[in-house]
Amino acid sequence: MFRYYLKLGLFSIRKNPMLSFLMVAAIAVGIGACMTIVNVDYVMSGNPIPHRSDLLYHVQVDSWDTNDAYQEPDLPPEQLTYQDGNALWQANAARRQTLSYKATRVVQPGTQGERPFRALTRSTTGDFFAMFDTPFIYGGGWDRSADLNEEYVVVIDREVNDRVFGGADSVGESLVLNGKAYSVTGVIDTWEPLPKYYDVNNGPFDESEDVYIPFSVSIANEIDSSGNTSCWKPSEGGWDGRLASECIWVQLWVELQGENEKLDYLAFLEGYVESQKAVGRFGRPMNNRINDVMEWMEYQEVVAEDVNVLLGIAIMFLVVCLLNTISLLLAKVARRSGDISLRRALGASRRAVFAQYIVEAGMIGAVGGIFGVGMTWLGLQGIRGLYGELDFIARLVAMDWPIIIMAVGLAIISALAAALYPTWRACRVHPASQLKAL
Amino acid sequence: MLSMRDVSKIYRTDTIETHALRKFSLSVDEGEFVSVTGPSGSGKTTFLNIAGLLEESTSGIYELDGRDVSGLNDAERSRLRNEKIGFIFQSFNLIPELDVFDNVDVPLRYRSFDAAERKKRIDRVLDIVGLASRNKHLPSQLSGGQQQRVAIARALAGEPRFLLADEPTGNLDSHMADSVMELLTEINTQGTTIIMVTHEPALADRARRNIHVLDGQVSNGDSDIHLASQTA
Repeated sequence: MFRYYLKLGLFSIRKNPMLSFLMVAAIAVGIGACMTIVNVDYVMSGNPIPHRSDLLYHVQVDSWDTNDAYQEPDLPPEQLTYQDGNALWQANAARRQTLSYKATRVVQPGTQGERPFRALTRSTTGDFFAMFDTPFIYGGGWDRSADLNEEYVVVIDREVNDRVFGGADSVGESLVLNGKAYSVTGVIDTWEPLPKYYDVNNGPFDESEDVYIPFSVSIANEIDSSGNTSCWKPSEGGWDGRLASECIWVQLWVELQGENEKLDYLAFLEGYVESQKAVGRFGRPMNNRINDVMEWMEYQEVVAEDVNVLLGIAIMFLVVCLLNTISLLLAKVARRSGDISLRRALGASRRAVFAQYIVEAGMIGAVGGIFGVGMTWLGLQGIRGLYGELDFIARLVAMDWPIIIMAVGLAIISALAAALYPTWRACRVHPASQLKAL
Repeated sequence: MLSMRDVSKIYRTDTIETHALRKFSLSVDEGEFVSVTGPSGSGKTTFLNIAGLLEESTSGIYELDGRDVSGLNDAERSRLRNEKIGFIFQSFNLIPELDVFDNVDVPLRYRSFDAAERKKRIDRVLDIVGLASRNKHLPSQLSGGQQQRVAIARALAGEPRFLLADEPTGNLDSHMADSVMELLTEINTQGTTIIMVTHEPALADRARRNIHVLDGQVSNGDSDIHLASQTA
């Protein structure tokens, strides 16, 4: 019977092209508006590393001003001071740990004619690559000894490799950054985690870095952070003063497996803070936190509040479109009461009539969903047009298959929901009511 | 086969109560061709709707093939309508966007027949009504008489126990009306019971038995009328 109902649905759509078009248009516009915002929300709130997100923890300790919380209500700072970050990393208390900060370097290509260019740089430690599962096309990262020995090694991304080494396997080649030669240990394929979870403090939708160098080398070369830095008291002058200051500018992530490791690490943090209290630091109450990737995204409110408001408005808009669809379906049922009455007279039960009209509504929903995908694409292009100058917008307006499937699915479900009342009305058409009038 | 005893039908609105049938009693035997006549508003169509399970009576007993159908739910009534009753309407009531084959197919679709069985039945009934070669035509491509023949084929396709015809020649000219009546007579001689509502005495006379309805009751009392109250 399903195929029969599909055939009848097709006939009905052909018979009432204007009504059918209006219903498809109402659903498409509603779905387009809704899915445009859902897409942005989905990209913002997606899990950027689903297979490891519950193993990776961002570390916070409260080194802030004794008399004034970093952020109410009594939240610890989002980043660490150099001295705390370095001490926690040196302690090696987790399976893996990576300390990092955002920087900028100038790449000086060896090839003639190629001009130096600025490269987004991450000063980090060797575990970064294994913890965040960076995809290498050549080679790999560096090990802890390279960090400890301040080795001049570098990992570059595909783009830099293409530009400087013509896309060849550059492992072992030398790359000059600000006049210093680094040995390439690996080349990362295109890798754009979204959100950029490992450094949401400096733009959760920013591009990932072009170049990765050892944290220890950066410190030794006095490479300053180009990311956010916050201080609650003045620091001594010079680089040493910066390193000894209470300014927060580095991020520490650790890898922990299971509840026991988590508890052990929290105990370790507590011990560390106690030791710092003993030397006159950490005047605030104990307030250490570790959050896994998704907890950290939520903590940092990566999905902006106004996006949630927009999402609510978009859903309301979809509801309005569906109300229009309901009234159009009611008009269609009224027009076809003769057909319904005849089918009922010829033996169609209410259930059969219900099935026929629900299938037809599903067809309209599916077509509306397909057009809705197009409307979503247009909506996203509109956002890109409005805010195209912002780099991260281009990354928010990309559609993927789950969103397309979701759009069509939502359209079908919406159409079926909208069809419930009109279909119920269709079922109530009396078999004898229209036969004389036909 | 069909027996109504003291069947009443009252239509009610907030202010008006209309008695369409008043203690209507009638029985029809297998193989009969009964014509039902009466003035407009006398209750002919209401009788036909109740007989065809399109409407429920307000009171009284209606037995179809010996089964009291008064208390059946919608699904059971729909199934009985589909299996036991064929309808022929004055205005044919074909579905305009479906071709002849698909129009005849409509009642069979609600019967769980496979495609081969449906095709066999459709071909057979279209052959009976003489439209086998027009099965891909749309109703709009047929004359009124041909459209009514399609409607008759549709009514016959389910091999019902009886046909209910409401003014089956009302929209046809006399030549076509005659042709349709001949077809109905032939169908009746092959064993299908027919109950036909008509305004025209000439057509009513072609039935084996005629009942006259007035004010919601059977008004003629000759011996051919099998009033259930008389036979009970």
